[in-house]
Amino acid sequence: MNTQPRLAPSHPIGDEVRRTTCYMCACRCGINVHMKSGEVAYIEGNRDHPINKGVLCAKGASGIMQINAPSRLRAPLRRIGPRGSGAFEEISWDEALALAVSWLKPLRETAPEKLAFFTGRDQSQSFTGWWAQAFGTPNYAAHGGFCSVNMAAGGIYTIGGAFWEFGQPDWDRTKLFILFGVAEDHDSNPIKIGLGKLKARGVRVVGVNPIRTGYNAVADDWLGITPGTDGLLILSLIHCLFQAGKIDLDYLAQFTNAPLLIVEDGPEAGMIMKNAESQPFVIDRTTGQPAPWDAKGVQPDLGAVYNGNRTVFQHMAQRYLAPEYAPEAVAGRCGIPAARIRQLAADLARIAFDEAIEIDQPWTDFRGNSHEKMIGRPVSFHAMRGISAHSNGFQTARALHVLQIILGSIETPGGYRLKPPYPKPVDAHPTPHFTAAAGKPLAGPHLGYVRHPEQLALKPDGSPARIDKAFTWDAPFSAHGLMHMLIPNAHAGDPYRIDTLFLYMANMAWNSSMNSGEVIKMLTDQGADGEYIIPRIIYSDAYASEMVAYADLILPDTTYMERHDCISLLDRPISEPDAAGDSIRWPVVEPDRDVRPFQSVLLDLGARLGLPPMVREDGAPKFKDYADYIQNHIRRPGVGPLIGWRGADGAQTGRGDANPNQLDRYIENGGFFQAHVPAAGAFYKPWNMAYQDWAVQTSLFESPQPYLFSIYSEPMRRFQAAAEGIGPHQPPEHLRETLKRAMDPLPLWYSPYQENGYTIHALTQRPMDMYHSWGSQNAWLRQIRGRNFLYIPTKIWREHGFKDGDFARVTSPTGEIVVPAAHMAALNENTVWTWNAIGKRKGAWALDEDAPESTTGFLLNHLISELLPDMGDGIRRSNSDPVTGQAAWFDLRVKIENAGPQLASSPAFAAIPRAVPQGKTRKAPQ
Amino acid sequence: MTSLPTHTEKRLGLAIDLDTCVGCQACVTACKGWNDQGYGAPLSDQDPYGAAPSGAFLNRVHSYEITAADQSAAVIVNFPRSCLHCEDAPCVPVCPTGASYKRVEDGIVLVNEDSCIGCGLCAWACPYGAREMDADMGVMKKCTLCVDRIYNDHLPEEDRVPACVRTCPTGARHFGDFADPESTVSKLSAARGGYDLMPDLGTRPTNKYLPPRRKDAPDLSAPLAPLLDIQATGFAGWLDKVLGKI
Amino acid sequence: MHPAPSVIIFTVFSGMGFGLLAFLGVGLPATSGWAAFFLWGLGYGLAVGGLLASTFHLGNPQRFLRAFTQWRSSWLSREAIASVGCLLALAPVALSDWLQLGWPRGLGLIGAALAVLTIFCTSMIYAQLKTIPRWNHWTTPALFMLFAGAGGAILAGQNGAGAVFSALLVAVLLTAFRIGDGAFAARAQTLGTATGLGIIGPVQGAVRVFEQPHTSPNYLMREMIYLVARKHVEKLRALALIGAGIGPALLLPLTPPTMMGFAVIALLHLIGAFAARWLFFAQAEHVVGLYYGQR
Ligand SMILES: Nc1nc2c(c(=O)[nH]1)N[C@H]1C(S)=C(S)[C@@H](COP(=O)(O)OP(=O)(O)OC[C@H]3O[C@@H](n4cnc5c(=O)[nH]c(N)nc54)[C@H](O)[C@@H]3O)O[C@H]1N2
Ligand SMILES: Nc1nc2c(c(=O)[nH]1)N[C@H]1C(S)=C(S)[C@@H](COP(=O)(O)OP(=O)(O)OC[C@H]3O[C@@H](n4cnc5c(=O)[nH]c(N)nc54)[C@H](O)[C@@H]3O)O[C@H]1N2
Ligand code: SF4
Ligand code: SF4
Ligand code: SF4
Ligand code: SF4
Ligand code: SF4
Ligand SMILES: [Mo]
Repeated sequence: MNTQPRLAPSHPIGDEVRRTTCYMCACRCGINVHMKSGEVAYIEGNRDHPINKGVLCAKGASGIMQINAPSRLRAPLRRIGPRGSGAFEEISWDEALALAVSWLKPLRETAPEKLAFFTGRDQSQSFTGWWAQAFGTPNYAAHGGFCSVNMAAGGIYTIGGAFWEFGQPDWDRTKLFILFGVAEDHDSNPIKIGLGKLKARGVRVVGVNPIRTGYNAVADDWLGITPGTDGLLILSLIHCLFQAGKIDLDYLAQFTNAPLLIVEDGPEAGMIMKNAESQPFVIDRTTGQPAPWDAKGVQPDLGAVYNGNRTVFQHMAQRYLAPEYAPEAVAGRCGIPAARIRQLAADLARIAFDEAIEIDQPWTDFRGNSHEKMIGRPVSFHAMRGISAHSNGFQTARALHVLQIILGSIETPGGYRLKPPYPKPVDAHPTPHFTAAAGKPLAGPHLGYVRHPEQLALKPDGSPARIDKAFTWDAPFSAHGLMHMLIPNAHAGDPYRIDTLFLYMANMAWNSSMNSGEVIKMLTDQGADGEYIIPRIIYSDAYASEMVAYADLILPDTTYMERHDCISLLDRPISEPDAAGDSIRWPVVEPDRDVRPFQSVLLDLGARLGLPPMVREDGAPKFKDYADYIQNHIRRPGVGPLIGWRGADGAQTGRGDANPNQLDRYIENGGFFQAHVPAAGAFYKPWNMAYQDWAVQTSLFESPQPYLFSIYSEPMRRFQAAAEGIGPHQPPEHLRETLKRAMDPLPLWYSPYQENGYTIHALTQRPMDMYHSWGSQNAWLRQIRGRNFLYIPTKIWREHGFKDGDFARVTSPTGEIVVPAAHMAALNENTVWTWNAIGKRKGAWALDEDAPESTTGFLLNHLISELLPDMGDGIRRSNSDPVTGQAAWFDLRVKIENAGPQLASSPAFAAIPRAVPQGKTRKAPQ
Repeated sequence: MTSLPTHTEKRLGLAIDLDTCVGCQACVTACKGWNDQGYGAPLSDQDPYGAAPSGAFLNRVHSYEITAADQSAAVIVNFPRSCLHCEDAPCVPVCPTGASYKRVEDGIVLVNEDSCIGCGLCAWACPYGAREMDADMGVMKKCTLCVDRIYNDHLPEEDRVPACVRTCPTGARHFGDFADPESTVSKLSAARGGYDLMPDLGTRPTNKYLPPRRKDAPDLSAPLAPLLDIQATGFAGWLDKVLGKI
Repeated sequence: MHPAPSVIIFTVFSGMGFGLLAFLGVGLPATSGWAAFFLWGLGYGLAVGGLLASTFHLGNPQRFLRAFTQWRSSWLSREAIASVGCLLALAPVALSDWLQLGWPRGLGLIGAALAVLTIFCTSMIYAQLKTIPRWNHWTTPALFMLFAGAGGAILAGQNGAGAVFSALLVAVLLTAFRIGDGAFAARAQTLGTATGLGIIGPVQGAVRVFEQPHTSPNYLMREMIYLVARKHVEKLRALALIGAGIGPALLLPLTPPTMMGFAVIALLHLIGAFAARWLFFAQAEHVVGLYYGQR
């Protein structure tokens, strides 16, 4: 009786699949782009791709709405009205490039530092940095300084690797996973895939986060910590483990600087003791005598005392056994009961030591000692901006690495594993180069890892060499630069004035500035002469973002499906713990607008400026475009941007000559390449010769680089000593006390807050379905999350009599916002929060001026500021970590009032004129 | 035909793991993307860049908060919601045109868009909000269980799963035949106590939800015992003890 | 539920129309000539107009013929068939009345039965829905039948029947309001049961919406979630009771059989019927609202 329609479910999706790399975030998943009649019809994850193994996130799966967004810029623009007025005229590329050359050429010939070139969501930093180096300006950095440099630097200085995307838990083997301060991270899909594996195995997940959403919502245990106190919690865990003797002594003795000796007194006090050959040494347990730290068969004695000098281990034990770190002493501050802390320590100890795992894989360490098995301590951790975006984040990140180290879980099975090119000791990184000379390139890369006060980027007169004051006493280890200080410093002319601000892919007039309103003023501010204080602004964006209105010259970029990109091992690659990996994007569709790939434009500009690496002898451009550069650029002999299919015949990996067909080989392989770590080198990488040799072969290093983990950081001690008055390089007086404390060579905790009566913590989180400012132009994503609320915990909600529909007036020492409020119980009781970057300026992103993003949507940034209020000594300190300069977004504290029902959020900025017409309909697939 | 089959050969459906779903919305846009170009009319959007954008989606992910009755902390549970391919699907018999039907071979509930008059009655009859009318085409849209993927010969075997399942980064969505007790979904559901939504309405959903595991129930009974009383024996004693010298 | 004007107009007019046709079919009143033309015309006009109005609710009205196919399972399909059957069956009777052809009235009885059936089918479209507890009750068909009866009787000048139906309507409306107000709660469906999380959640406690799945509205929210302010409800209920029931019940026995009198009562009834029908939709809560924390 049932006659159901006959269905023909078997239809081809399209006529061709083009495999490339996603770009709605820095995760860089592989995508299969299904084409129908030359247009994109459907996007799905590439199953063979190492990063995402077929899955895609909400953004990746809606990429089609991104590449067709009406907000796409259409042609180069030159400002013709006042800055910010949005009065632009379309010009040709020749005009645009000629204009840029006319601004930049004189700068290079006279004072290259007058160009500041900063990049935001850039995924080609090894290329943009190379360009800036060739130009000769010291003023180059990417966004890391306001993003998560604490995490990077804290890790590099301690373990030669970091969280962020530098490594990952051993998802297949770990038996307990603890997540600190992560909402999404760059490793978006890998973390989700990993969590899925843990859930499938029933592994316990612990979330440490003031807010219980997303990953923390699925966590089995939630520690709703008071923001900024993780360091204290971690040190308390260390305290418990020390107290109970649950520490991996063998690991500490063999692989860390715990057995090294610290000079007790004298001018070298606090330095690691060296022998006559300037080498650190250990005391051998079998002989009781000094022995080289890296000699075969030596058994370093953690408890040694040599001529009155004690080991790092003893310094550590003494510090962390102190009662101030007892759970009972920290519980109140952290907002976590002491019993929960003790129990977590007990779980860590039990699983690390009683449930240890072994892999039957012999390996040989750098001392030449061979080991029968790989011992695993299956507890693992991950952490990100919840820790790093506080002004004590560098030390907290270090503390977390030390916790992992005493458990013996880093680079062991079941623990945290680094991804090539990491592990890499801090000494293998460059130091910063910053000396500008007219008409000359910079001597080396801009960014690096400072080990000694003499390496600071200071001019002979002691003034900062860089516009962002990176690598100065203000932020000695600012390994990623300080992009958030760029505009304020350039505006203040402190340390000097610049001429041209060249920005790429950074929405600095909105969500990536700590105080958007102030920055907008700085960008439009004019001097007495009627000239703009920041005279020229060149900007490359692909979309009509808020920043576009503030530039003088717009170089419109392509979308991610219309260009070549290179995700390189020289930069931020797509490696996995078991393989080095790199990848490309390639034009799967042709642009339908007068736009050009920015990297190709930069090469063109370089050639027009005559920058030596970009021109041939005869002055002709050396590279046709970025694709040409990717294949033919040689960084070091035999080493180029990509490691796959090198050599003229494509037979070499890692090292080899340029291959004219390299990109084709990548495309054939789905856009990526992987070089696998040999099984014997899979764990214990910093000390494992099989890994070290493979790394050299793969071009990660020029020679093996085994090293000891730096529980005790000698570079930090050098700065601390300077702050104590030791040595020729001395910090300014007002920074001495801060540096003495912050540069402590053993991790410690200090309160990141000024006591000023603002008691409620205010945070942001990344929504998994939006990427900063640019998800809102996506017709699908903005239906899901087109407005945001301030989530208020129960206690405060009731205290102020909030009801659904009410707005909250939120004030900080530097600003006020009035925004829609909503109640949330699964939240630390002194914390409010919202989703990041949902609020949009009216007129931007081709949205209607009444779009919810710009009527009730809001940013927390209006409450934050680059500088803290004057604390009474006339100095406005930077709102950042004193070690790295990391912007302390999450130190924000506020007061709250109930503002009752309102129609719109404030502050409400006037609409910005449109760089593209308002979007009407969306393009449906064919 | 809108009479429900008395029996279907297979019972294809999803097992959705609420203990694992992080609420990332990937399944929402993956579903939109697939169905925008696949079975039936594209899923249109109205006012896509305007003040009140609104379009048809076949899968939505909610987020709920449970405030505990006792002292324990509140929890958040993410909750994907799409068609459950009910065995006793109330959306089918109400359909006046026969557009809505449940397939005999696999139990998938579908709308034949060529017959649909867009009366909306099926959406009224569905307790789970699984049907959304497409405003452009005036036809009822619903989850097709990706019928045009799971039987699509143009796709490699391993890709013949729904788009939302294939994309789910945490693997919280499982697809399979609940009529086969040996299938992964049947076993998962049995092992994890898979449950029905609103069983009292008699719809007998095929899809099962795997409940979130108990939270915040750490075993506080075995704290870490200190090695010795450091206050009494001093640091040196601790050091000797920890290094095995005593 | 969203009180869509097209559906309200359809159900009110077609209910009245088929009610009138039922009376005319059984020969109450026995009419002829232009009076017959006018009354039959009114009945047909209301019924057909109502049916037409209902097509405004359709996404693809041009395919309406397909709605006649599923009479085995679908009340909507049955309604379509019954209504067309009724209109066809009564056509010769109407013609005969108008032109005084004196054809046998057997078809009139069949047509009247079909008219009643149509109204019943219409009511069952709503009453069958377990998802809408307020409707899923015997009062729904009772109300539809009584509205049709009262409306039809008024238009047909059957004052006695009209008064009785109106009085019954008052009683059933009151019952429907009272039972309806508790219907949702009586099903004991909450967000906790709808999601299962109240029973099987990771902690025991109250479930509430943390974030909606989409910040902009969708079809479901527009169609199934409608909130009416309590003060409006009270006013409209009074209007419905007085207009559709109490007023006609009291006035009909007193009203002299003038056109004017009928028109006033009919109008009064119509206003009441619209108020009642608007409330019928606006106050009906669909269980899907639970998922959105809005019901
Ligand atoms: N309150 C608060 N503020 C924050 C943060 C926070 O947690 N809270 N986080 C901070 C952090 S960590 C970061 S990294 C920043 C991020 O902030 P931004 O670096 O400003 O990131 P986006 O908003 O993504 O803006 C990048 C710009 O790149 C453009 N773009 C996108 N694709 C392309 C392309 O293909 N080519 C070109 N040329 N341009 C393109 C976009 O249109 C946009 O204008 O935000 C910071 N701001
Ligand atoms: N979908 C999506 N993915 C992204 C981005 C995006 O915009 N969208 N942005 C990318 C970028 S640029 C970055 S930098 C990464 C950042 O990725 P995440 O590090 O995940 O960054 P946030 O979203 O800022 O999350 C910070 C988390 O820390 C918590 N937190 C804040 N303060 C504290 C604290 O004191 N202690 C603890 N324990 N937790 C705290 C917050 O509640 C929040 O959950 O994400 C990247 N990935
Ligand atoms: S995580 Fe999402 S947006 Fe980021 S690269 Fe992967 S699929 Fe694209
Ligand atoms: S979930 Fe709704 S649409 Fe799907 S079969 Fe069940 S009743 Fe029908
Ligand atoms: S909307 Fe379409 S599928 Fe649904 S009941 Fe009406 S005709 Fe059937
Ligand atoms: S099975 Fe297919 S149609 Fe159904 S929710 Fe998943 S992706 Fe959407
Ligand atoms: S894709 Fe998976 S984890 Fe993400 S919302 Fe959907 S079911 Fe949940
Ligand atoms: Mo970032």
